[in-house]
Amino acid sequence: MSAGQAFAVVVQRIEIRKLRHGDNLILGFSIGGGIDQDPGQNPFSDDKTDKGIYVTRISQRGPAEEAGLRMGDKIMQVNGWDMTMVTHDQARKRLTKKNEDVVRLLVTRKSLEEAVKHSMGSYPRQ
Amino acid sequence: MGPVMSCVTENTPQSANILTRSLFLLLLLGVFPSEALLFLSVMTNYLSLALSLSFLFLPPFCTNSLFLFFSSSPPQASKIDSLRSKVDLLRLPLALSTKSISNRKSQLGVVWEKGGGGGSWAGGARKPRPPPASDMDNESMYSGYSYKSSHSRSSRKHRDKRDRHRGKSRDSSIRGDKSVTIQAPGEPLLDAESTRGDDRDDNWGETTTVVTGTSVDSVSNEDLTRMSKDLEDSSPLECRRYLSPALGAVLGLFALVTPLAFLALPQLLWRDTLEPCGTPCEGLYISLAFKLLILLISTWALFLRSPRATLPRFFIFRCLLLALVFLFVASYWLFYGVRVLEPRETDYRGIVGYAASLVDALLFIQYLALVLLEVRHLQPAFCLKVVRTTDGASRFYNVGHLSIQRAAVWVLDQYYSDFPVYNPALLNLPKSILSKKMSAFKVYNLGEENSTNNSTGQSRTMIAAAARRRDNSHNEYYYEEAEVERRVRKRKARLVVAVEEAFTHIKRHQDEDATASSPKHPREVMDPREAAQAIFAPMARAMQKYLRATRQQSYHSMESIINHLQFCVTHNMSPKAFLERYLSPGPTLQYLDTTRGRQWTLVSEEPVTAALRQGQVFSLRRLDFSLVVTVAPLPFLRLGEEFIDPKRHKFVMKLQSETSV
Repeated sequence: MSAGQAFAVVVQRIEIRKLRHGDNLILGFSIGGGIDQDPGQNPFSDDKTDKGIYVTRISQRGPAEEAGLRMGDKIMQVNGWDMTMVTHDQARKRLTKKNEDVVRLLVTRKSLEEAVKHSMGSYPRQ
Repeated sequence: MGPVMSCVTENTPQSANILTRSLFLLLLLGVFPSEALLFLSVMTNYLSLALSLSFLFLPPFCTNSLFLFFSSSPPQASKIDSLRSKVDLLRLPLALSTKSISNRKSQLGVVWEKGGGGGSWAGGARKPRPPPASDMDNESMYSGYSYKSSHSRSSRKHRDKRDRHRGKSRDSSIRGDKSVTIQAPGEPLLDAESTRGDDRDDNWGETTTVVTGTSVDSVSNEDLTRMSKDLEDSSPLECRRYLSPALGAVLGLFALVTPLAFLALPQLLWRDTLEPCGTPCEGLYISLAFKLLILLISTWALFLRSPRATLPRFFIFRCLLLALVFLFVASYWLFYGVRVLEPRETDYRGIVGYAASLVDALLFIQYLALVLLEVRHLQPAFCLKVVRTTDGASRFYNVGHLSIQRAAVWVLDQYYSDFPVYNPALLNLPKSILSKKMSAFKVYNLGEENSTNNSTGQSRTMIAAAARRRDNSHNEYYYEEAEVERRVRKRKARLVVAVEEAFTHIKRHQDEDATASSPKHPREVMDPREAAQAIFAPMARAMQKYLRATRQQSYHSMESIINHLQFCVTHNMSPKAFLERYLSPGPTLQYLDTTRGRQWTLVSEEPVTAALRQGQVFSLRRLDFSLVVTVAPLPFLRLGEEFIDPKRHKFVMKLQSETSV
């Protein structure tokens, strides 16, 4: 996807409740990517020019894993803020706002597309 | 043209009439087709013809057709008859029958009526287009071969630019597939002497060391045919190729002497009545002298070279230039004769100016010659692909705008130094692979087919069976190739080692050693030949085995190897430098002895004086192989520009960071 082009993907809503760990509120996953990063190094993206934010690691039994986030997910929105064209630092900031307890993510993964296609194929659209 | 001519006859006085008509006649004879010797005979009769025709011009010239002009009055017909008889005496080739002469006349008449003069005759650079060649086809079949003998001595590549005009439009009027010859000086590849030497000495490798077996080489049939081919190869009658340069030199000398004659004749004939002319004349003398000197030097530099090739057809540009020179000089003489000699002109300064203008015109013609003959073809326009038919060796060359025959000569020049020598022994697959006999399948038809299907069905099944059987031959070929390569490499290793060891046996004798070593023991001092013979013995066997393995033994005799060894020893070459001649097949030129000519045949579908075009194909044939040349144009290049500020070269590190949230 190049900048400025519209695209449509199947997304999943994931709501993660932040966990208080000492002085910090943590979500339990790591992100990689951003428009200032090198997209060729991303192991999770299909298109190696995709500069979106991807989930690179999920800590075991953290709030992200329990909410249904999986490794390799691409984060499209956080609390309504777009995450497809942000720098790495901007992404980090939007996820770690101290005054928010809950982050609502829109994520996409490849298996979602296939699941929708499969389900649409078996059931006719009403 | 008729109305133009009639205007000319009405309005101008008689002398100018004669002048213009003679000039038109010159143009006619000079530019339109005529046979070489026909023209020669015309030239020899020129002066008488010019004078007689000048009286005959007046009444018949008012008609439109030159044909009528030629046949209208008896004295003119007798002129033509006398020309014809002269032509027969000189024994022209087949195509010059009476039918062809009448064709010529009708062609001349037709072109004249079409307004072939057109007023641009003064330029002379326009090539006349003959009428469509359909009526000339009946003589095209003869012309290609029969003209080989007459044209081969009349067209040269680098001869003197001033020569007799040849019938150059003949070339374009004849179409059809023809083969004509190009002869290039050189020698047959396999010298008759060297093959004979080979037959005698081919077991020299064995006799110098240990006799292991008998040599199997003898004078085979191949050698005999090769020797006979070499004898056919050499170009016959060497003096013929100098005939037309000689004629050109005569014309050139005539042109150079003309200004001096212009100056000298008044002084000799009517010196008393000449007006004296002082300083302006002297200035003109000086300029005349220097211009003549420059003409001489540049003619020597550019055109006086021995011809390197004989072309099958006329070299059009050269013919054009010679015609131009001839026209200029002849018209100047005509004008001089009419205006100066007859009335005994007294204005000497005018005469000197006239001579100076002739020299100027000659200088400009030489400039034109330089551009047409030497400069125009330098800018590359086409890419020629040359492929040898026997072994596929190919090269690409860039040439400029040339005619086919000139391009062929150029390609042959490059061929002799670029292409590896053609070795017929290297070509064939071993017989064991190719000649797999089809097994004798006996095919029985089961009685349902009728007899007409019988033979085809049988052969088809046999071919199918044979095709299935031949599946293994590539395998054999592969292993055979690997085996041969291994053998060659082994022998090459042995050869290299033997040569290196042999070279360590001698060293160069310094003069200061002489006094040091002579009291102890006199070392034998050898000249290069003896040194070469001394160290040849240990390497001889390895050398011979290697040459046999690479099938080069016919190109190198023992004598030639010792000569080469002597050469290398004299020039302090290393063993590797000595061996480079044998390890890779060199260009053909290396094996030539350039005293005899090489005969090549140019095979082309278009007339060989046509210019190169995209997609043309012609081939140059020798006795046992040929070179196929394909013409492709060089692409048009659109060159754009892009400016990069050196300060804009900047780099950043690639970031891959991972943040945990």
